[in-house]
Amino acid sequence: MLRSKPINEKLKKLQIEIQGYADEYGLDYFPQIFEMCDYQTINILAAQEGFPTRYPHWRFGMQFDQMSKGYRFGIQKIYEMVINTNPCYAYLLEVNNWVDQKLVMAHVYGHNDFFKNNAWFANTDRKMMDTMANHGAKVRRYIEKYGIDRVENFIDAILSLENLIDMNHLFETDEVRNQREETNKQFAYENSLEYEAYDQKSEALKTYLRSKNRTAKKQSDLVVEDFPNIPKTIPEKPVKDILHFLLEYAPIEEWEADIIGILREEAYYYLPQRITKIMNEGWASYWHSKIMTERALDASEIIDFADKHAGVMVMSKERINPYKVGIELFRDIEHRWDTGKFGKEYLECTNMVDKHSWDQKLAKGKEKIFQVRKTHNDISFIDEFLTPEFCDRQQMFTYKYNPRSHRFEIDKRDFQAIKQKLLMSLTNFGSPVIELVDANFDNKAEVLLTHRHDGVDLDAKFANETMKNIFRVWKRPVNLATTYEDKEVVFRFDGKELSVKS
Amino acid sequence: MDHPIKSDHNRFRKIVKGKLRENLKGFVSQGKQVIPKGKDQFTIPMPSIEIPRFKFGGKSEGGVGQGDGQEGQPVQGDGEKGEGKPEKAGQDEGQKQLEVNFSLEELASILSEELELPNIQPKGSSQIDATVNKYTSIGTTGPDSLRHLKRTYKQSLKRQVSMGLYDADNPVILPTRKDYRFRASQSKIEKQNNAVVIYMMDVSGSMGDEQKEIVRTESFWINLWLKHQYKDIEVRYIIHDATAKEVEEEVFFKTRESGGTLISSAYKLCRDIIKEDYPVSDWNIYPFHFSDGDNWSSDDTKICLDLLNTEILPVSNMFGYGQVESRYGSGQFYKDLFAAYNEKTENIVLSKIKNRDAILDSIKEFLGKGK
Repeated sequence: MLRSKPINEKLKKLQIEIQGYADEYGLDYFPQIFEMCDYQTINILAAQEGFPTRYPHWRFGMQFDQMSKGYRFGIQKIYEMVINTNPCYAYLLEVNNWVDQKLVMAHVYGHNDFFKNNAWFANTDRKMMDTMANHGAKVRRYIEKYGIDRVENFIDAILSLENLIDMNHLFETDEVRNQREETNKQFAYENSLEYEAYDQKSEALKTYLRSKNRTAKKQSDLVVEDFPNIPKTIPEKPVKDILHFLLEYAPIEEWEADIIGILREEAYYYLPQRITKIMNEGWASYWHSKIMTERALDASEIIDFADKHAGVMVMSKERINPYKVGIELFRDIEHRWDTGKFGKEYLECTNMVDKHSWDQKLAKGKEKIFQVRKTHNDISFIDEFLTPEFCDRQQMFTYKYNPRSHRFEIDKRDFQAIKQKLLMSLTNFGSPVIELVDANFDNKAEVLLTHRHDGVDLDAKFANETMKNIFRVWKRPVNLATTYEDKEVVFRFDGKELSVKS
Repeated sequence: MDHPIKSDHNRFRKIVKGKLRENLKGFVSQGKQVIPKGKDQFTIPMPSIEIPRFKFGGKSEGGVGQGDGQEGQPVQGDGEKGEGKPEKAGQDEGQKQLEVNFSLEELASILSEELELPNIQPKGSSQIDATVNKYTSIGTTGPDSLRHLKRTYKQSLKRQVSMGLYDADNPVILPTRKDYRFRASQSKIEKQNNAVVIYMMDVSGSMGDEQKEIVRTESFWINLWLKHQYKDIEVRYIIHDATAKEVEEEVFFKTRESGGTLISSAYKLCRDIIKEDYPVSDWNIYPFHFSDGDNWSSDDTKICLDLLNTEILPVSNMFGYGQVESRYGSGQFYKDLFAAYNEKTENIVLSKIKNRDAILDSIKEFLGKGK
């Protein structure tokens, strides 16, 4: 109990069979390990976002609570979980029947191939099992030293800033990263208070010294004169990775810096999965469907499989189902590149009969989808491959809130509108784009953030709470420039109260 | 079962309890939110605890959906939610509502900490003993209906293994008569403290739905507290206008009559119920009366006072009178009672409940005496 165990011989045979099909189709995957769990174990794993050891935090308990209830009341059931590591771990649920296990295995090989090959995953930590365990151990040590309340409160504050990271960092090669770190060091060197100490001392000691220097004075007494070497504005360019900025420059203690580092690392680990949800699920579903229907299914299992597959593909009016849109889009791409339904000639063809029966017998579909799964993320996937015909076939529409009837209503079935709305919801992994533009705002070491407004206001209550959490770390007033209810405003939290300036 | 998730879970429950405690007043005044679930378990819907983040405001956002339908048709409430297949659960943005389970103990302790309620000293706890049979042990004889299957199986397994009859490939366990194990009772002498709560309510026309809702909420929390304090409680309901009758809980909160009001009718029935079913020596008795303060005549009020003095108060641990303010009620009865009993009268509590927000204070008045 409460531990996953290796799968039995029968399932091992099944794995070999499924893996054979995966090879046949040309999937390229990390070594795959399946483990078996009972429902409670899988609930725990899911509550901890896939890893058996996490740092202690109440939200895992909350997630566990909800998941257990969901299972008990039959609202939700987790069939499988797959973790982006090398070797790739996947957990099967004990009570699944034979067809389910087949389906899940085939699905997992799809995910595994995606993890290994998609470019956005290239820099993820494939030893995350160990890394997570280390994070757990570190946080537990801090809890022993500083007490659970203090540490947990600080974690709460940082979790609140978890989405203030920069998607582009995923793409950095080691070279670029080193270079950036060099520049940062240079920058810090020129501007740090303890630049004499810098050369000889290690990074960790540096953080410590800096925090000591800064916390020596009472925070309320801090004035800009305490930062004599701050250039007129830092940072030089607007920063999206605000967590990193705080880690480097905020007057915090060493353990606090370490916790920011831990949470930031985990946020970046999960980020690729957030920006490839449609593709990843679509790809895995494409392969479970293909492997099952073309190879693995026994005739007696067809009804069960169809039932399960349909359950996964169910469409909703309130949101798009990434499994459904993903699989259909991959199939559409395959079809278009098989028949040549793309390019200038096809697009400019006005004869609908010709267009419909268009077939240049290119047979490039398979090659194309493998290439797509390698280089795209959800945004570019939708941007490049969504077509009016596809939206039509998939019965897609946009909806919006109708203040008169107090409900969300279908707005349009217009291709451009659908595409734009979809892209907007995917931009910056669905989070508002917030940048730190000035850490010496008004020459008072205050933080100025800007929100790049794309037509949708921030949730003011949440924004204010989040600003309080930034204040907790930066310890000087926090300003946020945004557009709210069609007015340009600056929200400000000065440590005591919130105010709005327009 | 000592998985670290347990301590995460406990932290979470502690936070939730803290939230409930903070908002107890608002929570209680909203009324009917607590859903009883099985024995001594309650489910409370609470707003979910979401970690604040910069995010988009909800309403203006809209989105993209799939399915049929014309422009202008609503996208919600078609009820067709898929089974879903959360691959990495917990990553989706938080659910809107949390349903949290609380035990009777937990709710009662929150109530008592918030209201600083003293424990009740049950009367007669020293003299009332009762023999209780509890099936806590295991015996080798007994009726089939009490056979303990697990223990029987274990015993049989043990025997077969030790005799070398156990075959791992064909693990059939055949218990013989000697393997049978039965639940056996142990007698214990326990202090018995039972309580009966008798609710009386004026259901004449002047008591509206809002007033009844207040009474319902009060009675829920009073019951909860008494359940926590006593081993067993019984609850009886009496409604009255010009005449009184005993009813089921359902009926109690739903009945609406239009006749006049003779409070004495209820007090008489209450007296009779006590006489018939609840010997004073064995029971802790709690009559509560809720009305809007109207009584037919001052003569009837005299009869009421008489009944209280001679028959009800002497046998009750505490008598509670709650006057719910209504547009039609004169509130005279409270004044009459107040004139007859002052603060010094030990076991009568008078409370005025102005509106929903006053419920919690009123509960405190009723239960704050530790009677």
